[in-house]
Amino acid sequence: MSRLLLKGGRVIDPAQGLDATLDVMIAEGTIEEVGPRVQGRGAQVLEVKGLVVCPGFIDLHTHLREPGREDKETIATGTRAAAAGGFTAVCAMPNTDPVNDTAGITRAIVERARADGAVRVYPIGAITRGQQGEELAEYGDLKEAGCVAFSDDGKPVASARVMRRALEYAKAFDLAIIDHCEEPTLAEKACMNEGPVSTVLGLRGQPAAGEAIMVERDVLLAELVGGRVHIAHLSAAASVDAVRRGKARGVRVTAEVTPHHLFLTDEAVRETGYDTNTKMNPPLRSEADREAVLAGLRDGTIDCIATDHAPHTVDDKKVEYDHAANGIVGLETAVALCLDRLVGAGLLELPYLVALLSANPARVLGLPGGTLAPGSPADLTLLDLAKKRQVDPTRFESRSRNTPFGGWILKGWPAMTIVAGRVAWKDAR
Amino acid sequence: MSFPHRHLLGIEPLEAPDIQTILDTADGLREILDRPIKKVPALRGKTVVNLFYEASTRTRSSFEVAERVLSADSLSIAAATSSVSKGETLLDTAKNLEAMNPDMVIMRHASSGAPHFLARHCRFSVVNAGDGAHEHPTQALLDALTMRQKKGRLKGLRVAIVGDILHSRVARSNLWLLAKMGASVVLCGPPTLVPPGIESLAPVTYRIDEAVEGADVVMMLRIQMERMSGAFFPTTREYHRHFGLTEERVRRARKDVLVMHPGPMNRGVEIASEVADGPFSVILDQVTNGVAVRMAVLYLLLGGSAEAAT
Repeated sequence: MSRLLLKGGRVIDPAQGLDATLDVMIAEGTIEEVGPRVQGRGAQVLEVKGLVVCPGFIDLHTHLREPGREDKETIATGTRAAAAGGFTAVCAMPNTDPVNDTAGITRAIVERARADGAVRVYPIGAITRGQQGEELAEYGDLKEAGCVAFSDDGKPVASARVMRRALEYAKAFDLAIIDHCEEPTLAEKACMNEGPVSTVLGLRGQPAAGEAIMVERDVLLAELVGGRVHIAHLSAAASVDAVRRGKARGVRVTAEVTPHHLFLTDEAVRETGYDTNTKMNPPLRSEADREAVLAGLRDGTIDCIATDHAPHTVDDKKVEYDHAANGIVGLETAVALCLDRLVGAGLLELPYLVALLSANPARVLGLPGGTLAPGSPADLTLLDLAKKRQVDPTRFESRSRNTPFGGWILKGWPAMTIVAGRVAWKDAR
Repeated sequence: MSFPHRHLLGIEPLEAPDIQTILDTADGLREILDRPIKKVPALRGKTVVNLFYEASTRTRSSFEVAERVLSADSLSIAAATSSVSKGETLLDTAKNLEAMNPDMVIMRHASSGAPHFLARHCRFSVVNAGDGAHEHPTQALLDALTMRQKKGRLKGLRVAIVGDILHSRVARSNLWLLAKMGASVVLCGPPTLVPPGIESLAPVTYRIDEAVEGADVVMMLRIQMERMSGAFFPTTREYHRHFGLTEERVRRARKDVLVMHPGPMNRGVEIASEVADGPFSVILDQVTNGVAVRMAVLYLLLGGSAEAAT
């Protein structure tokens, strides 16, 4: 029987209201005991004094690119990036090639993750076949094969009728619909946020209102049919407001925000002279939007932080700005950015951030983990709050390097990730 | 004193003295165009590539004339409309050109920021000959040269820029330049063609009569016909009635108003023919000054000094 004892760390488990120096005993891949001075009883002992011990972090929004774009990322490299970034589980978006819209593809992803994965992989199935926005995918089969939610991420569900049916039908399987909110006719050919910066740069912008229109629609539809909707990568002030009002009415709506929408604005496009690592969808928004999503995160309107890890090859990014692919990698920078810029900056208490990365994402999709309560899966993230380091994309585990955060000096980094009681990654630097 | 920039990516990064230097140099060089033998050896041995990803008659030939007058060796490449899916990438094309050691690449491209991309990745000097809806710096410089010639100054001039501001790189470059040189600009167009936030750079009116009132200069912008399908305005007829420059409207401006247009014009849409060909029009002077300004830009960026210009 394999046993592991983590001794002397600062254990933070928001789900149990714990924040104290405690020991954690892991046995057979589950948490056995959390308490002061737990006896070794023949376990392998890891001294973790000076580190923070948290429930494993869960990323609700990861693009692993396999199958189809293994030149950008694979399940192996993407999950190694996750482990190195402090995540013990990732939810894999279905916009692969082929799209994950049938049980067979889900099973292939699950099997590959079992064989190659450094962390847990929870596949997300497509809302509609081929993400075409027309016919519903087979939610029952997809759930049986391992899907934990449905999303056409990368694209909005343009038709309100299809969205309504998806929210309705998914109720039978008690799974959430995750929507990429973007009113398509307002975002045609856009490559950044619409506003004074797009005006100066002469780039086609998409207005923040285009996102908020769809968030409002989704909240109303979820209310209409009693469905569960989760808003992906929320970026606009008006969207925060829509979610806040929906929650106040008791609508089953949840939302996530990415680190880049918390820490960057559209000014970055200008400051970097059209660096394509500032191009993503939804785009970096205005300072007012940034402040609003931060406020929404602090007051609980936004439930969790997710990366929208979107690896791309150099060729997909080293082109004219309007031709460049959307998205940036996020798994290996998200936790350090949040520790430095949210906790270090005094905007959030550490236990609150831990909840945003563990208990809350687990609750949003009903995933296992997110707590260190005895009997839970032994997925843990250990943090070194004192460590100061520069973001160095050349050392990423991810196959891709497309990040705007290269060179940022951040304090507070993941130190170790443990998945099912086994050390998945340990900081060797 | 040598010119403190390697590239000309836009007017925004320039300081007023830089603009002054370019205009003064252009004034000095302009005289060469009136000589019987229109050639000086100023840029002998320098290689300049004109890389045009968008159709252009005026700008390209203007650069070519400027290059010849200054004795630069030049070649022009009319690249097919850039497409990521087919053909060579912009970077590959640029790297191939770089391998031939040109001193300068002059590029027009439909993507805003494309010249910045080139400047970041290559060794040669880059001149922006128009990038998307971002900037067209030599156009603004030739417009300024024309205004200065006719009015003797830029400071204090009241300039109305009228038309499709949203898609216009000419408007943006002119806005920067005129602001830096102390002119006052008013922008006018249908609200659908006025981009958000532009009012922080210059006041905006939707009434052309208001814009033209008391203006020293009225600069009309080209309306592209495909804008109608984008629902920017209903018809060219209606556009002309409400936003076009007519003889009657010109009378609201100052008596010595200059009417400008960067070309190509849509006669009867943004500008009535009688105005385009009328006594206030300096549209063809703009073209002549275009050559002079481009000579100055080539000369200054390729290492000449302002004092030695002639």
